[in-house]
Amino acid sequence: MTWPEFGVIALRVVLTFGLLLVLTIINVWLERKVVAGMQSRMGPMRAGPWGILQTVADGLKLFFKESITPRKVELGLYVLAPFLAVVPAFLIFMMVPWGRPFMIGEQEVALQGADLNIGLLFILAMSSMAVYAVVLAGWSSGSKYPLLGAVRGTAQAISYEAALGLAMVAVVMFSATQGDGGTLSLAEIVDRQAGTWGDIIPVLEPILQFVPRWNIFPQIVAFIIFFIAIIAETNRAPFDLVEAEQELVGGFHTEYSGMRFAMFFLAEYVNIFSMCAIAATLFLGGWNGPTFDDALPGFISGILPTVYFLIKTYLLVFIFFWLRATLPRLRYDQLMTLGWKRLIPGALAWLVLSTLVIAFRQFGMPWS
Amino acid sequence: MGLVSEIWKGMKVTGTTMLKTIAIGPFGGSELVTTQYPKETRQKPQRFHGRHVLNRYPDGMEKCIGCQLCAGACPANCIHVRGMDNDPAHPTSPGERFGFVYEINMLRCIFCALCVEACPTEAITMTHLFEMSTTNREDAIYTRDELLMNRDGSVPHMFPDDPLADLDELLVADGWVRATASSGMAAYEGVEAWQATPGPADWAPEPSQEILDARSPGDLDG
Repeated sequence: MTWPEFGVIALRVVLTFGLLLVLTIINVWLERKVVAGMQSRMGPMRAGPWGILQTVADGLKLFFKESITPRKVELGLYVLAPFLAVVPAFLIFMMVPWGRPFMIGEQEVALQGADLNIGLLFILAMSSMAVYAVVLAGWSSGSKYPLLGAVRGTAQAISYEAALGLAMVAVVMFSATQGDGGTLSLAEIVDRQAGTWGDIIPVLEPILQFVPRWNIFPQIVAFIIFFIAIIAETNRAPFDLVEAEQELVGGFHTEYSGMRFAMFFLAEYVNIFSMCAIAATLFLGGWNGPTFDDALPGFISGILPTVYFLIKTYLLVFIFFWLRATLPRLRYDQLMTLGWKRLIPGALAWLVLSTLVIAFRQFGMPWS
Repeated sequence: MGLVSEIWKGMKVTGTTMLKTIAIGPFGGSELVTTQYPKETRQKPQRFHGRHVLNRYPDGMEKCIGCQLCAGACPANCIHVRGMDNDPAHPTSPGERFGFVYEINMLRCIFCALCVEACPTEAITMTHLFEMSTTNREDAIYTRDELLMNRDGSVPHMFPDDPLADLDELLVADGWVRATASSGMAAYEGVEAWQATPGPADWAPEPSQEILDARSPGDLDG
Protein backbone atom coordinates (compact mmCIF):
# COMPACT_ATOMS: atom_id res chain seq x y z
CA MET A 1 0.00 0.00 0.00
CA THR A 2 1.38 3.37 -0.98
CA TRP A 3 1.13 6.50 1.13
CA PRO A 4 -1.58 8.15 -1.01
CA GLU A 5 -3.74 5.05 -0.72
CA PHE A 6 -3.25 5.00 3.02
CA GLY A 7 -4.14 8.68 3.19
CA VAL A 8 -7.37 8.08 1.29
CA ILE A 9 -8.39 5.26 3.61
CA ALA A 10 -7.66 7.37 6.67
CA LEU A 11 -9.61 10.26 5.15
CA ARG A 12 -12.62 8.04 4.46
CA VAL A 13 -12.71 6.69 7.99
CA VAL A 14 -12.22 10.10 9.60
CA LEU A 15 -14.87 11.72 7.40
CA THR A 16 -17.42 8.99 8.11
CA PHE A 17 -16.70 8.96 11.82
CA GLY A 18 -16.86 12.75 12.06
CA LEU A 19 -20.11 12.93 10.12
CA LEU A 20 -21.67 10.31 12.35
CA LEU A 21 -20.59 12.02 15.57
CA VAL A 22 -21.84 15.44 14.49
CA LEU A 23 -25.13 14.05 13.22
CA THR A 24 -25.65 12.07 16.41
CA ILE A 25 -25.23 15.20 18.49
CA ILE A 26 -27.77 16.90 16.25
CA ASN A 27 -30.10 13.89 16.37
CA VAL A 28 -30.37 13.92 20.14
CA TRP A 29 -31.29 17.59 20.02
CA LEU A 30 -33.61 17.03 17.07
CA GLU A 31 -35.50 14.28 18.84
CA ARG A 32 -36.04 16.47 21.87
CA LYS A 33 -37.26 19.26 19.62
CA VAL A 34 -39.58 17.06 17.56
CA VAL A 35 -41.08 15.31 20.57
CA ALA A 36 -41.46 18.68 22.31
CA GLY A 37 -43.29 20.05 19.31
CA MET A 38 -45.66 17.10 19.36
CA GLN A 39 -46.39 17.80 23.02
CA SER A 40 -46.97 21.55 22.58
CA ARG A 41 -43.65 22.36 24.21
CA MET A 42 -40.53 24.12 22.97
CA GLY A 43 -37.80 21.69 23.96
CA PRO A 44 -34.30 22.88 24.77
CA MET A 45 -33.96 26.61 24.11
CA ARG A 46 -31.19 27.94 26.34
CA ALA A 47 -27.87 26.43 25.18
CA GLY A 48 -26.97 28.05 21.88
CA PRO A 49 -29.48 29.15 19.24
CA TRP A 50 -32.67 27.08 19.67
CA GLY A 51 -30.81 25.00 22.22
CA ILE A 52 -28.70 23.27 19.59
CA LEU A 53 -25.74 22.99 21.96
CA GLN A 54 -27.83 21.23 24.60
CA THR A 55 -26.38 17.83 23.70
CA VAL A 56 -22.85 19.17 23.98
CA ALA A 57 -23.68 20.59 27.40
CA ASP A 58 -25.23 17.30 28.52
CA GLY A 59 -22.24 15.38 27.22
CA LEU A 60 -19.82 17.65 29.07
CA LYS A 61 -21.84 17.21 32.24
CA LEU A 62 -21.77 13.42 31.94
CA PHE A 63 -18.08 13.56 31.17
CA PHE A 64 -17.33 15.28 34.46
CA LYS A 65 -19.62 13.10 36.54
CA GLU A 66 -18.38 10.25 38.63
CA SER A 67 -18.74 6.78 37.12
CA ILE A 68 -20.16 4.98 40.11
CA THR A 69 -19.36 1.28 40.36
CA PRO A 70 -21.82 -0.58 42.58
CA ARG A 71 -20.39 -3.16 44.98
CA LYS A 72 -22.05 -6.23 43.49
CA VAL A 73 -21.02 -5.78 39.86
CA GLU A 74 -19.03 -8.24 37.81
CA LEU A 75 -16.34 -5.67 37.20
CA GLY A 76 -14.76 -6.85 33.96
CA LEU A 77 -18.01 -7.25 32.06
CA TYR A 78 -19.49 -4.17 33.70
CA VAL A 79 -16.70 -2.03 32.26
CA LEU A 80 -16.72 -3.85 28.92
CA ALA A 81 -20.44 -3.56 28.19
CA PRO A 82 -20.57 0.16 27.24
CA PHE A 83 -17.77 -0.39 24.75
CA LEU A 84 -19.63 -3.34 23.29
CA ALA A 85 -22.53 -0.97 22.73
CA VAL A 86 -20.58 1.88 21.16
CA VAL A 87 -18.06 0.12 18.95
CA PRO A 88 -20.54 -1.99 16.89
CA ALA A 89 -22.80 1.04 16.57
CA PHE A 90 -20.01 3.00 14.91
CA LEU A 91 -18.84 0.05 12.83
CA ILE A 92 -22.30 -0.38 11.34
CA PHE A 93 -22.27 3.09 9.87
CA MET A 94 -18.80 2.50 8.41
CA MET A 95 -20.46 0.26 5.82
CA VAL A 96 -22.90 2.87 4.57
CA PRO A 97 -22.02 4.85 1.43
CA TRP A 98 -23.11 8.41 2.11
CA GLY A 99 -22.01 10.27 -0.99
CA ARG A 100 -20.80 9.99 -4.56
CA PRO A 101 -17.12 9.02 -4.90
CA PHE A 102 -14.89 11.89 -5.96
CA MET A 103 -11.30 12.17 -7.14
CA ILE A 104 -8.33 13.72 -5.35
CA GLY A 105 -5.61 13.73 -7.97
CA GLU A 106 -5.53 10.15 -9.19
CA GLN A 107 -7.01 8.65 -6.02
CA GLU A 108 -10.70 7.88 -5.91
CA VAL A 109 -12.26 8.71 -2.54
CA ALA A 110 -15.43 6.76 -1.87
CA LEU A 111 -17.52 8.44 0.80
CA GLN A 112 -17.91 5.30 2.85
CA GLY A 113 -15.92 3.99 5.79
CA ALA A 114 -15.10 0.70 4.13
CA ASP A 115 -16.66 -1.10 1.18
CA LEU A 116 -16.67 -4.73 2.31
CA ASN A 117 -17.94 -7.28 -0.17
CA ILE A 118 -19.82 -8.86 2.76
CA GLY A 119 -21.18 -5.50 3.93
CA LEU A 120 -24.68 -6.62 4.82
CA LEU A 121 -23.47 -9.68 6.71
CA PHE A 122 -21.12 -7.45 8.64
CA ILE A 123 -24.03 -5.17 9.53
CA LEU A 124 -26.10 -8.09 10.75
CA ALA A 125 -23.17 -9.37 12.79
CA MET A 126 -22.53 -6.00 14.38
CA SER A 127 -26.17 -5.36 15.20
CA SER A 128 -26.20 -8.74 16.95
CA MET A 129 -23.14 -7.68 18.91
CA ALA A 130 -25.10 -4.73 20.27
CA VAL A 131 -27.38 -7.21 22.02
CA TYR A 132 -24.39 -8.54 23.97
CA ALA A 133 -23.93 -5.05 25.37
CA VAL A 134 -27.48 -5.07 26.73
CA VAL A 135 -27.24 -8.60 28.08
CA LEU A 136 -23.83 -8.20 29.68
CA ALA A 137 -24.68 -4.78 31.11
CA GLY A 138 -27.84 -6.16 32.66
CA TRP A 139 -26.27 -9.29 34.01
CA SER A 140 -23.02 -7.78 35.30
CA SER A 141 -24.83 -5.00 37.15
CA GLY A 142 -25.86 -7.51 39.81
CA SER A 143 -29.22 -5.83 40.26
CA LYS A 144 -32.72 -6.99 39.47
CA TYR A 145 -34.03 -4.26 37.18
CA PRO A 146 -31.08 -4.36 34.78
CA LEU A 147 -31.34 -8.14 34.74
CA LEU A 148 -35.02 -8.00 33.76
CA GLY A 149 -34.18 -5.48 31.04
CA ALA A 150 -31.41 -7.73 29.77
CA VAL A 151 -33.66 -10.80 29.65
CA ARG A 152 -36.24 -8.88 27.68
CA GLY A 153 -33.52 -7.50 25.41
CA THR A 154 -32.29 -10.97 24.54
CA ALA A 155 -35.73 -12.30 23.68
CA GLN A 156 -36.61 -9.18 21.71
CA ALA A 157 -33.40 -9.17 19.73
CA ILE A 158 -33.70 -12.85 18.79
CA SER A 159 -37.33 -12.39 17.71
CA TYR A 160 -36.77 -9.36 15.57
CA GLU A 161 -33.37 -10.11 14.13
CA ALA A 162 -34.91 -13.06 12.27
CA ALA A 163 -37.44 -10.80 10.57
CA LEU A 164 -34.72 -8.22 9.91
CA GLY A 165 -32.50 -10.78 8.24
CA LEU A 166 -35.32 -12.28 6.17
CA ALA A 167 -36.33 -8.86 4.89
CA MET A 168 -32.72 -8.19 3.96
CA VAL A 169 -32.50 -11.49 2.10
CA ALA A 170 -35.49 -10.54 -0.04
CA VAL A 171 -33.82 -7.26 -0.99
CA VAL A 172 -30.48 -8.87 -1.71
CA MET A 173 -32.14 -11.46 -3.94
CA PHE A 174 -34.02 -8.79 -5.80
CA SER A 175 -30.91 -6.67 -6.09
CA ALA A 176 -29.08 -9.65 -7.60
CA THR A 177 -31.47 -9.55 -10.56
CA GLN A 178 -30.77 -5.88 -11.15
CA GLY A 179 -27.12 -6.27 -12.04
CA ASP A 180 -24.36 -8.72 -12.63
CA GLY A 181 -24.92 -11.41 -10.01
CA GLY A 182 -25.73 -11.14 -6.32
CA THR A 183 -23.88 -8.79 -4.02
CA LEU A 184 -23.77 -7.91 -0.34
CA SER A 185 -21.73 -4.75 -0.84
CA LEU A 186 -23.76 -1.68 -0.02
CA ALA A 187 -21.96 0.48 -2.56
CA GLU A 188 -22.89 -2.01 -5.25
CA ILE A 189 -26.52 -2.18 -4.08
CA VAL A 190 -26.71 1.61 -4.26
CA ASP A 191 -25.25 1.66 -7.73
CA ARG A 192 -27.92 -0.78 -8.90
CA GLN A 193 -30.63 1.63 -7.79
CA ALA A 194 -29.44 4.46 -10.03
CA GLY A 195 -31.75 5.71 -12.73
CA THR A 196 -35.49 5.20 -13.04
CA TRP A 197 -37.77 2.22 -13.61
CA GLY A 198 -38.43 3.55 -17.09
CA ASP A 199 -34.92 2.46 -18.06
CA ILE A 200 -35.69 -1.14 -17.14
CA ILE A 201 -39.34 -1.68 -18.00
CA PRO A 202 -40.17 -0.37 -21.46
CA VAL A 203 -43.94 -0.56 -20.95
CA LEU A 204 -45.50 2.44 -19.27
CA GLU A 205 -42.26 4.30 -19.90
CA PRO A 206 -43.84 7.79 -19.84
CA ILE A 207 -44.91 7.23 -16.23
CA LEU A 208 -42.13 5.00 -14.99
CA GLN A 209 -39.39 7.31 -16.18
CA PHE A 210 -40.28 9.56 -13.27
CA VAL A 211 -40.19 6.73 -10.73
CA PRO A 212 -36.67 6.24 -9.34
CA ARG A 213 -35.32 2.72 -9.52
CA TRP A 214 -35.45 2.16 -5.78
CA ASN A 215 -35.91 -1.22 -4.21
CA ILE A 216 -38.80 0.05 -2.11
CA PHE A 217 -41.23 -0.12 -5.04
CA PRO A 218 -40.97 -3.84 -5.78
CA GLN A 219 -40.05 -4.68 -2.16
CA ILE A 220 -42.52 -2.56 -0.20
CA VAL A 221 -43.51 -5.41 2.14
CA ALA A 222 -39.88 -6.14 2.90
CA PHE A 223 -39.40 -2.44 3.65
CA ILE A 224 -42.25 -2.35 6.15
CA ILE A 225 -41.00 -5.48 7.91
CA PHE A 226 -37.46 -4.17 7.87
CA PHE A 227 -38.52 -0.83 9.34
CA ILE A 228 -40.51 -2.39 12.18
CA ALA A 229 -37.61 -4.72 12.89
CA ILE A 230 -35.04 -1.93 13.08
CA ILE A 231 -37.23 -0.03 15.55
CA ALA A 232 -37.19 -3.13 17.75
CA GLU A 233 -33.51 -3.69 17.06
CA THR A 234 -32.58 -0.21 18.27
CA ASN A 235 -34.84 -0.62 21.33
CA ARG A 236 -36.91 2.44 20.52
CA ALA A 237 -40.51 3.14 21.50
CA PRO A 238 -42.91 1.39 21.11
CA PHE A 239 -40.50 -1.54 21.49
CA ASP A 240 -38.35 -0.07 24.26
CA LEU A 241 -39.06 -2.80 26.80
CA VAL A 242 -35.35 -3.05 27.44
CA GLU A 243 -35.34 0.40 29.01
CA ALA A 244 -38.98 0.78 30.08
CA GLU A 245 -38.49 3.68 32.49
CA GLN A 246 -41.88 3.23 34.10
CA GLU A 247 -41.29 -0.37 35.12
CA LEU A 248 -37.56 -1.00 35.17
CA VAL A 249 -36.11 2.35 36.30
CA GLY A 250 -33.60 2.57 33.43
CA GLY A 251 -33.57 -1.04 32.33
CA PHE A 252 -30.16 -2.42 31.50
CA HIS A 253 -28.32 0.84 32.19
CA THR A 254 -29.85 1.51 35.61
CA GLU A 255 -26.57 0.98 37.43
CA TYR A 256 -24.49 3.00 35.00
CA SER A 257 -23.57 6.64 35.46
CA GLY A 258 -21.24 9.25 34.08
CA MET A 259 -19.31 8.45 30.93
CA ARG A 260 -20.41 4.81 30.91
CA PHE A 261 -24.04 5.84 30.73
CA ALA A 262 -23.15 8.42 28.09
CA MET A 263 -21.73 5.64 25.94
CA PHE A 264 -24.98 3.66 26.06
CA PHE A 265 -26.87 6.82 25.25
CA LEU A 266 -24.55 7.63 22.36
CA ALA A 267 -24.81 4.08 21.04
CA GLU A 268 -28.59 4.26 21.00
CA TYR A 269 -28.66 7.37 18.85
CA VAL A 270 -25.82 6.20 16.62
CA ASN A 271 -27.80 3.00 16.08
CA ILE A 272 -30.94 4.89 15.17
CA PHE A 273 -29.12 6.92 12.58
CA SER A 274 -27.12 4.09 11.09
CA MET A 275 -30.11 1.74 10.92
CA CYS A 276 -32.13 4.43 9.16
CA ALA A 277 -29.18 5.02 6.87
CA ILE A 278 -29.13 1.32 6.01
CA ALA A 279 -32.85 1.34 5.34
CA ALA A 280 -32.39 4.34 3.07
CA THR A 281 -29.49 2.60 1.33
CA LEU A 282 -31.25 -0.72 0.79
CA PHE A 283 -34.70 0.57 -0.11
CA LEU A 284 -34.56 4.27 -0.98
CA GLY A 285 -31.61 4.30 -3.34
CA GLY A 286 -28.95 5.59 -0.95
CA TRP A 287 -27.34 8.74 -2.29
CA ASN A 288 -28.90 8.41 -5.74
CA GLY A 289 -30.80 11.35 -7.10
CA PRO A 290 -30.67 13.96 -9.83
CA THR A 291 -27.35 15.79 -9.60
CA PHE A 292 -27.63 18.05 -12.70
CA ASP A 293 -23.98 17.56 -13.55
CA ASP A 294 -24.21 19.69 -16.68
CA ALA A 295 -26.15 22.59 -15.25
CA LEU A 296 -24.58 23.06 -11.82
CA PRO A 297 -20.97 23.68 -10.80
CA GLY A 298 -19.07 20.51 -9.96
CA PHE A 299 -18.83 21.31 -6.27
CA ILE A 300 -22.60 21.51 -5.82
CA SER A 301 -23.42 18.43 -7.83
CA GLY A 302 -20.77 16.61 -5.81
CA ILE A 303 -22.47 17.63 -2.54
CA LEU A 304 -26.01 16.88 -3.75
CA PRO A 305 -25.82 13.06 -3.39
CA THR A 306 -24.89 13.47 0.27
CA VAL A 307 -27.81 15.84 0.68
CA TYR A 308 -30.18 13.30 -0.89
CA PHE A 309 -28.81 10.61 1.39
CA LEU A 310 -29.36 12.79 4.46
CA ILE A 311 -32.88 13.75 3.39
CA LYS A 312 -33.88 10.12 2.93
CA THR A 313 -32.29 9.07 6.20
CA TYR A 314 -33.79 11.91 8.17
CA LEU A 315 -37.21 11.13 6.78
CA LEU A 316 -36.93 7.71 8.40
CA VAL A 317 -35.36 9.14 11.56
CA PHE A 318 -38.30 11.50 11.82
CA ILE A 319 -40.70 8.57 11.65
CA PHE A 320 -38.74 7.04 14.55
CA PHE A 321 -39.30 10.19 16.59
CA TRP A 322 -42.90 10.44 15.48
CA LEU A 323 -43.67 6.89 16.57
CA ARG A 324 -41.94 7.49 19.88
CA ALA A 325 -44.03 10.55 20.58
CA THR A 326 -47.25 8.77 19.66
CA LEU A 327 -47.36 5.12 20.58
CA PRO A 328 -47.50 3.54 24.02
CA ARG A 329 -45.10 0.73 24.81
CA LEU A 330 -46.14 -2.77 23.77
CA ARG A 331 -46.74 -5.38 26.41
CA TYR A 332 -44.19 -8.19 26.43
CA ASP A 333 -46.57 -10.78 25.02
CA GLN A 334 -47.74 -8.35 22.34
CA LEU A 335 -44.12 -7.82 21.36
CA MET A 336 -43.57 -11.55 21.03
CA THR A 337 -46.84 -12.04 19.16
CA LEU A 338 -45.98 -9.33 16.68
CA GLY A 339 -42.49 -10.73 16.18
CA TRP A 340 -43.17 -14.43 15.88
CA LYS A 341 -46.76 -14.57 14.61
CA ARG A 342 -46.80 -11.61 12.27
CA LEU A 343 -43.40 -10.39 11.15
CA ILE A 344 -41.49 -13.65 10.72
CA PRO A 345 -44.28 -15.52 8.85
CA GLY A 346 -44.88 -12.35 6.84
CA ALA A 347 -41.21 -12.03 5.97
CA LEU A 348 -41.01 -15.72 5.06
CA ALA A 349 -44.09 -15.53 2.86
CA TRP A 350 -42.76 -12.43 1.14
CA LEU A 351 -39.38 -14.11 0.65
CA VAL A 352 -40.99 -17.15 -0.99
CA LEU A 353 -43.20 -14.96 -3.15
CA SER A 354 -40.40 -12.73 -4.34
CA THR A 355 -38.16 -15.76 -4.90
CA LEU A 356 -40.82 -17.34 -7.11
CA VAL A 357 -41.26 -14.18 -9.15
CA ILE A 358 -37.52 -13.78 -9.58
CA ALA A 359 -37.08 -17.43 -10.53
CA PHE A 360 -39.89 -17.34 -13.09
CA ARG A 361 -38.50 -14.19 -14.64
CA GLN A 362 -35.02 -15.64 -14.79
CA PHE A 363 -35.65 -19.24 -15.82
CA GLY A 364 -39.08 -18.99 -17.38
CA MET A 365 -42.26 -20.71 -16.32
CA PRO A 366 -41.90 -24.38 -15.25
CA TRP A 367 -44.04 -25.53 -18.19
CA SER A 368 -42.21 -23.59 -20.84
CA MET B 1 -56.32 -3.40 9.45
CA GLY B 2 -57.76 -1.91 12.60
CA LEU B 3 -54.33 -1.62 14.18
CA VAL B 4 -52.86 0.41 11.36
CA SER B 5 -55.76 2.85 11.26
CA GLU B 6 -55.59 3.29 15.03
CA ILE B 7 -51.88 4.01 14.84
CA TRP B 8 -52.45 6.47 12.04
CA LYS B 9 -55.16 8.19 14.07
CA GLY B 10 -52.70 8.73 16.89
CA MET B 11 -49.94 9.87 14.59
CA LYS B 12 -52.23 12.44 13.01
CA VAL B 13 -52.79 14.00 16.43
CA THR B 14 -49.10 14.30 17.22
CA GLY B 15 -48.28 15.40 13.68
CA THR B 16 -50.79 18.22 13.56
CA THR B 17 -49.83 19.32 17.06
CA MET B 18 -46.24 19.59 15.95
CA LEU B 19 -47.18 21.68 12.92
CA LYS B 20 -49.19 23.98 15.15
CA THR B 21 -46.48 24.23 17.79
CA ILE B 22 -43.32 24.83 15.81
CA ALA B 23 -43.01 28.56 15.24
CA ILE B 24 -43.09 28.36 11.45
CA GLY B 25 -45.94 27.93 9.05
CA PRO B 26 -49.49 29.22 9.09
CA PHE B 27 -50.46 27.81 12.51
CA GLY B 28 -47.05 28.61 14.04
CA GLY B 29 -47.06 28.71 17.80
CA SER B 30 -50.81 28.55 18.24
CA GLU B 31 -50.61 25.49 20.52
CA LEU B 32 -47.40 26.40 22.31
CA VAL B 33 -47.74 26.34 26.07
CA THR B 34 -44.14 27.03 27.09
CA THR B 35 -43.11 30.45 28.38
CA GLN B 36 -39.42 31.32 28.22
CA TYR B 37 -39.61 32.19 31.88
CA PRO B 38 -36.92 34.62 32.91
CA LYS B 39 -36.96 36.29 29.49
CA GLU B 40 -40.72 36.58 29.22
CA THR B 41 -43.14 36.34 32.09
CA ARG B 42 -46.79 35.54 32.15
CA GLN B 43 -49.55 37.94 33.13
CA LYS B 44 -50.33 36.98 36.70
CA PRO B 45 -53.88 36.71 37.97
CA GLN B 46 -55.08 39.82 39.73
CA ARG B 47 -55.40 38.07 43.08
CA PHE B 48 -51.97 36.48 42.90
CA HIS B 49 -50.48 35.96 46.35
CA GLY B 50 -46.88 37.09 46.29
CA ARG B 51 -44.49 38.71 48.72
CA HIS B 52 -45.97 40.77 51.54
CA VAL B 53 -45.55 44.49 51.96
CA LEU B 54 -46.27 46.75 54.93
CA ASN B 55 -48.16 49.83 53.77
CA ARG B 56 -48.08 53.46 54.81
CA TYR B 57 -50.65 56.21 54.86
CA PRO B 58 -50.28 59.02 52.33
CA ASP B 59 -48.69 61.24 54.98
CA GLY B 60 -45.97 58.67 55.54
CA MET B 61 -47.34 57.17 58.74
CA GLU B 62 -47.18 53.40 59.05
CA LYS B 63 -50.47 51.57 58.96
CA CYS B 64 -49.35 48.75 61.22
CA ILE B 65 -50.51 49.17 64.80
CA GLY B 66 -48.74 46.12 66.18
CA CYS B 67 -51.96 44.32 67.15
CA GLN B 68 -50.60 40.83 66.24
CA LEU B 69 -53.88 39.78 64.64
CA CYS B 70 -51.93 38.71 61.54
CA ALA B 71 -49.68 36.53 63.68
CA GLY B 72 -52.74 35.05 65.34
CA ALA B 73 -54.43 34.34 62.03
CA CYS B 74 -51.36 32.80 60.45
CA PRO B 75 -51.90 29.04 60.06
CA ALA B 76 -48.20 28.45 59.52
CA ASN B 77 -47.06 30.50 62.50
CA CYS B 78 -44.59 32.33 60.35
CA ILE B 79 -45.31 35.91 61.48
CA HIS B 80 -43.68 37.40 64.52
CA VAL B 81 -44.94 40.85 65.63
CA ARG B 82 -44.18 42.91 68.68
CA GLY B 83 -45.91 46.24 69.23
CA MET B 84 -44.55 49.31 70.97
CA ASP B 85 -46.11 52.54 72.21
CA ASN B 86 -45.75 55.49 69.92
CA ASP B 87 -43.64 58.43 70.96
CA PRO B 88 -46.33 61.12 71.34
CA ALA B 89 -44.06 63.78 69.89
CA HIS B 90 -42.98 61.76 66.83
CA PRO B 91 -45.57 59.01 66.25
CA THR B 92 -44.77 56.20 63.80
CA SER B 93 -48.39 55.26 63.25
CA PRO B 94 -51.63 57.17 63.80
CA GLY B 95 -52.75 54.91 66.63
CA GLU B 96 -51.50 54.26 70.09
CA ARG B 97 -48.94 51.62 69.15
CA PHE B 98 -46.91 50.58 66.11
CA GLY B 99 -45.29 47.39 64.89
CA PHE B 100 -41.84 47.54 66.41
CA VAL B 101 -40.73 44.06 65.35
CA TYR B 102 -42.28 42.54 62.24
CA GLU B 103 -40.81 39.37 60.82
CA ILE B 104 -42.16 36.86 58.30
CA ASN B 105 -40.40 33.57 57.72
CA MET B 106 -40.90 33.04 54.00
CA LEU B 107 -39.78 29.41 54.25
CA ARG B 108 -42.84 28.72 56.36
CA CYS B 109 -45.30 31.09 54.76
CA ILE B 110 -47.93 29.32 52.67
CA PHE B 111 -49.15 32.55 51.02
CA CYS B 112 -52.75 32.06 52.10
CA ALA B 113 -53.28 35.80 52.73
CA LEU B 114 -55.10 35.17 56.00
CA CYS B 115 -52.87 37.87 57.52
CA VAL B 116 -54.20 40.28 54.91
CA GLU B 117 -57.73 39.29 55.80
CA ALA B 118 -57.05 39.67 59.50
CA CYS B 119 -55.40 43.08 59.37
CA PRO B 120 -57.78 45.76 60.68
CA THR B 121 -55.87 48.65 59.10
CA GLU B 122 -54.88 47.06 55.79
CA ALA B 123 -51.30 47.48 56.84
CA ILE B 124 -50.15 44.19 55.34
CA THR B 125 -51.00 43.33 51.75
CA MET B 126 -49.45 41.10 49.17
CA THR B 127 -47.66 42.00 45.95
CA HIS B 128 -47.09 40.08 42.74
CA LEU B 129 -43.43 39.32 43.39
CA PHE B 130 -42.67 35.65 43.88
CA GLU B 131 -38.96 35.28 43.04
CA MET B 132 -37.68 34.98 46.59
CA SER B 133 -35.14 32.18 46.46
CA THR B 134 -32.14 32.64 48.68
CA THR B 135 -28.96 30.75 49.34
CA ASN B 136 -29.20 31.33 53.05
CA ARG B 137 -31.92 30.43 55.51
CA GLU B 138 -31.51 33.67 57.41
CA ASP B 139 -32.20 35.67 54.26
CA ALA B 140 -35.58 34.01 54.05
CA ILE B 141 -36.74 35.73 57.26
CA TYR B 142 -38.01 39.09 56.13
CA THR B 143 -37.71 41.83 58.72
CA ARG B 144 -39.57 45.05 59.11
CA ASP B 145 -36.92 46.96 57.14
CA GLU B 146 -37.43 44.74 54.10
CA LEU B 147 -41.20 44.57 54.26
CA LEU B 148 -42.02 48.21 54.94
CA MET B 149 -42.59 50.40 51.91
CA ASN B 150 -40.61 53.59 51.42
CA ARG B 151 -42.14 56.96 52.17
CA ASP B 152 -42.62 57.65 48.46
CA GLY B 153 -44.70 54.50 48.07
CA SER B 154 -42.06 52.38 46.38
CA VAL B 155 -41.26 48.99 47.88
CA PRO B 156 -37.70 47.93 48.68
CA HIS B 157 -36.45 44.88 46.77
CA MET B 158 -34.38 42.32 48.60
CA PHE B 159 -31.89 41.94 45.76
CA PRO B 160 -32.00 45.15 43.71
CA ASP B 161 -28.76 44.21 41.93
CA ASP B 162 -30.22 40.99 40.56
CA PRO B 163 -30.57 41.40 36.77
CA LEU B 164 -33.80 39.43 36.92
CA ALA B 165 -35.30 41.57 39.69
CA ASP B 166 -38.58 43.02 38.52
CA LEU B 167 -39.21 46.02 40.72
CA ASP B 168 -42.61 46.71 39.19
CA GLU B 169 -44.03 43.50 40.60
CA LEU B 170 -43.69 44.91 44.08
CA LEU B 171 -45.96 47.78 43.17
CA VAL B 172 -48.85 45.54 42.22
CA ALA B 173 -51.05 44.56 45.09
CA ASP B 174 -53.15 41.45 45.08
CA GLY B 175 -56.22 43.57 44.45
CA TRP B 176 -59.73 42.63 45.39
CA VAL B 177 -58.77 39.99 47.87
CA ARG B 178 -61.32 41.41 50.25
CA ALA B 179 -63.86 42.31 47.65
CA THR B 180 -66.14 39.54 48.82
CA ALA B 181 -64.97 39.31 52.39
CA SER B 182 -64.57 41.77 55.20
CA SER B 183 -67.51 41.68 57.49
CA GLY B 184 -69.52 39.09 55.67
CA MET B 185 -72.22 41.63 54.96
CA ALA B 186 -73.99 41.32 51.66
CA ALA B 187 -73.51 45.04 51.24
CA TYR B 188 -69.76 44.52 50.84
CA GLU B 189 -70.05 42.07 48.00
CA GLY B 190 -68.18 43.39 44.98
CA VAL B 191 -67.04 46.49 46.79
CA GLU B 192 -63.43 47.36 46.21
CA ALA B 193 -62.69 48.67 49.63
CA TRP B 194 -59.07 49.49 48.93
CA GLN B 195 -56.84 50.43 46.07
CA ALA B 196 -55.20 47.87 43.90
CA THR B 197 -51.64 49.07 44.32
CA PRO B 198 -49.66 49.67 47.43
CA GLY B 199 -48.31 53.10 47.99
CA PRO B 200 -49.69 56.11 49.79
CA ALA B 201 -53.41 55.78 49.76
CA ASP B 202 -55.01 58.71 48.03
CA TRP B 203 -58.62 57.66 48.15
CA ALA B 204 -61.27 58.95 50.49
CA PRO B 205 -61.32 57.34 53.91
CA GLU B 206 -63.79 54.54 54.31
CA PRO B 207 -67.09 55.44 55.86
CA SER B 208 -67.65 54.18 59.34
CA GLN B 209 -69.05 50.74 59.90
CA GLU B 210 -72.47 52.04 60.95
CA ILE B 211 -72.90 53.96 57.72
CA LEU B 212 -71.78 50.97 55.65
CA ASP B 213 -74.14 48.62 57.48
CA ALA B 214 -77.05 50.99 56.96
CA ARG B 215 -76.46 51.08 53.24
CA SER B 216 -78.32 48.87 50.86
CA PRO B 217 -76.30 47.22 48.05
CA GLY B 218 -77.87 49.54 45.48
CA ASP B 219 -76.33 52.60 47.09
CA LEU B 220 -72.77 51.41 46.72
CA ASP B 221 -72.23 52.75 43.24
CA GLY B 222 -72.78 56.30 44.40
